[in-house]
Amino acid sequence: MTAKKHLELTGVDIDFPTPNGPFKALSNVNLKIDRGEFVSLIGHSGCGKSTVLNIVAGLYQATQGGVLLDGREVNEPGPERAVVFQNHSLLPWLTAYENVELAVKQVFKHTKSKAEMKEWIEYNLHLVHMDHAMHKRPDEISGGMKQRVGIARALAMEPTVMLMDEPFGALDALTRAHLQDSLMEIQADLNNTVIMITHDVDEAVLLSDRIVMMTNGPAASVGEILEVNLERPRHRLELADDPQYNHYRAAVLSFLYEKQRTPGEPTAKPISQQTPAASVAADAADTEATTTAVKTAKKPISADEQAA
Amino acid sequence: MSSIALKLLKPLGLPEKLSIAQLIKALLVPLSGILVFLFIWNIAAQNIHTSLGEFPGPSQVYEQSINLLAEHNRERQKEVAFHQRQDVRNAKKLAKNPDAVIKTRPYTGKPTFIDQIGTSLVTVLAGFFAASLIAIPAGIVIGLNKTLYSAFNPVIQLFKPVSPLAWLPLVTMVVSAMYVSDDPMFAKSFVTSLITVSLCCLWPTLLNTAVGVSTISADLNNVSKVLRLSWLTHVIKIVIPSAIPMIFTGLRLSLGIAWMVLIAAEMLAQNPGLGKFVWDEFQNGSSNSLGRIMVAVLVIGLIGFMLDRVMLVLQKKVSWDKSVELR
Repeated sequence: MTAKKHLELTGVDIDFPTPNGPFKALSNVNLKIDRGEFVSLIGHSGCGKSTVLNIVAGLYQATQGGVLLDGREVNEPGPERAVVFQNHSLLPWLTAYENVELAVKQVFKHTKSKAEMKEWIEYNLHLVHMDHAMHKRPDEISGGMKQRVGIARALAMEPTVMLMDEPFGALDALTRAHLQDSLMEIQADLNNTVIMITHDVDEAVLLSDRIVMMTNGPAASVGEILEVNLERPRHRLELADDPQYNHYRAAVLSFLYEKQRTPGEPTAKPISQQTPAASVAADAADTEATTTAVKTAKKPISADEQAA
Repeated sequence: MSSIALKLLKPLGLPEKLSIAQLIKALLVPLSGILVFLFIWNIAAQNIHTSLGEFPGPSQVYEQSINLLAEHNRERQKEVAFHQRQDVRNAKKLAKNPDAVIKTRPYTGKPTFIDQIGTSLVTVLAGFFAASLIAIPAGIVIGLNKTLYSAFNPVIQLFKPVSPLAWLPLVTMVVSAMYVSDDPMFAKSFVTSLITVSLCCLWPTLLNTAVGVSTISADLNNVSKVLRLSWLTHVIKIVIPSAIPMIFTGLRLSLGIAWMVLIAAEMLAQNPGLGKFVWDEFQNGSSNSLGRIMVAVLVIGLIGFMLDRVMLVLQKKVSWDKSVELR
C-alpha cells in the first residue's frame, strides 16, 4: 500500500445550525480508502451515513477536518465523485438515454465527439442491461430499471469514486438481488472505488471489501471497520452456507444490535440472556435495518436468493 | 360521422375512445344542460321589461347574430366596391396621363362586430404575450433566489389585486405622454389596452412560475450540482421543465384575466374592440341594442373558453407528465 491514500477523510466534524444551537451530526470521522476498494457504510437510521456520503460528494461542507481525494481537497460537488441517489433522481422529462446524455455531454463535451458520446452512452446503458428500454422515460419503466439508469448515469461520468446512497433501498428483494449481481459484474469489470450506504447486512457483506460500521448519532463516528476477505467473484447461493460469510454477517449484526442499540430502548443487558433471534425480533418495530436483519436471521436463503 | 364528433369532443376534455352509449351520454348530458338554460333564459327574458323593450331571449339573440353577420358582409362588399371604384378611377387617370400622381386611399368604413372581435383578439394576445415575456423570466429569477423572492413578494401581492380600471387613466396619460411618434407603428388605443392588459395579467404567471421554480426537488438540484451544470444549463435543463406545470397554471389564469380585463378596458377607454361594441350599442339605445349586446356577451364567453382550450392543448403538448389528467 502506498503512503498516500486514494481517498482520505480526516477528523471530519459537521454541525447543522438549528434554532436551539448547532447540532453535531458527525464527530471525528476518519477513514482511508484505497483505489478500487468497495466500502459499505452501515449503521442505524439517522446515524449520519448519508451525511458522510454528502460530505465526500461535496454537497455538504465539513465544519472541521476534511476530505482529500488523490491529495486534493474536496470542497464542492463534481462529476469525478458521481452520486447514485436513493430514489434514482432521474429527470422525469428525459428518456433513459437523454438522462445519461446530460451527464456525458457535461463531462466529455471537450474530449469526445458526438459519435463517441453516443457510443459511450449506449455502452453504459448496456452495462446495466438497459439497452432495450433506453428511449423510455422514467415513468414508463420499473423502479429497478430507473435505478439501473441512475447507475449508468453515474458510471458514464467515469468517476474516480462512485458514491451510492442506499441505491437499492427502495426496491423489492428480487430486483435488489439482480441489481447487486449487476453491480458486482460491473465492479469486476471497471474496478471503481465505491462508497455505498446500506441498511442491509447481507448486501454489505456480499458486495464490500470493507464494512464501515457507524456509531449512533448525534455526534456519530466510525465504530468498527470489518475487512471482508471473501474471494471474488462472489455468489450469493454458495456464500449462504459459507462459515466465513456467516461469521462476517454475525459480526455486523452484533455491532448493530448489541453494541449500537437504537436510542430510546432499554439497556443492552437483556440481550445477552435472550437468544439472538428473539432479541432481534423484539427490535423489529424500530428500524428498517432491524426488519432486514430479522429476515436474514430467520432464513439465510431468502426467496430472492433462490431466484437468483 | 362519429369520428368527427370525437374530434369536436376532444378539446372539451372528454376521453378519446368512447362507445356509442358513452358518446350519447357524453353528448346528451351537456346538451340537456344547455337546453335547460335556454328554457329558463327564455322564460326570464319574457318577464323583464326595460326602457328598450323586452329583455332579449334566445330567438332575438339568434336574429341579431344573423344581422350582425349580414352587416359585416355588406360592409365587406362596400369595401370591395370602394377599392374597385378607386382602381378604375386611377386606371383612367393613368390612361389619360401616364405621369399623373395617383392616390390610393384606405377604406374608412365603421368597424363591424366581426372586426371588433378581431381587434380584441389581437390586443388580448399581444398583451398576454408581452406579460408572459416579462413574467416567466422574472418568475424564474425570483423563484431561484429566496432573498429576491422575499424582497419582491410584498410588491407583487400589492399589485396583484388591482383592477384594470384603476390602472387605465394612468396608463392612458403615460401612453399619450411617452408614445409620441409621427408615424406610429401601433395606434395609441392599442398600446393603452395592451399595457393595461399586461399589467393585470402579469401576476398569476409571475407568482406561479416563482413557486414552481422554488419547489424543485432537492434531489434534482443535487444532480445538477454533481454535474456542475452552469447556471443557464441548470435553468434550461432542470428548472424550466420541472416548473412547466406551474408555469402553465399561471399562464391559463393570466389569459383568463387578460380577456376579462380587456373588455372592461375597451369599454371604459373607448378603445376599439368588443368592449367598445357593447358600449356603443348601449349608447345607441335602439330596440335591437340589447339583443346585440347579448350576442356580444355570448361571443365574449365563447372566445374566453376557446382561449383556455388552446392553452390546454399547448399544455398537453409540452407537459412531460402524461399520467396527470389535465383539465
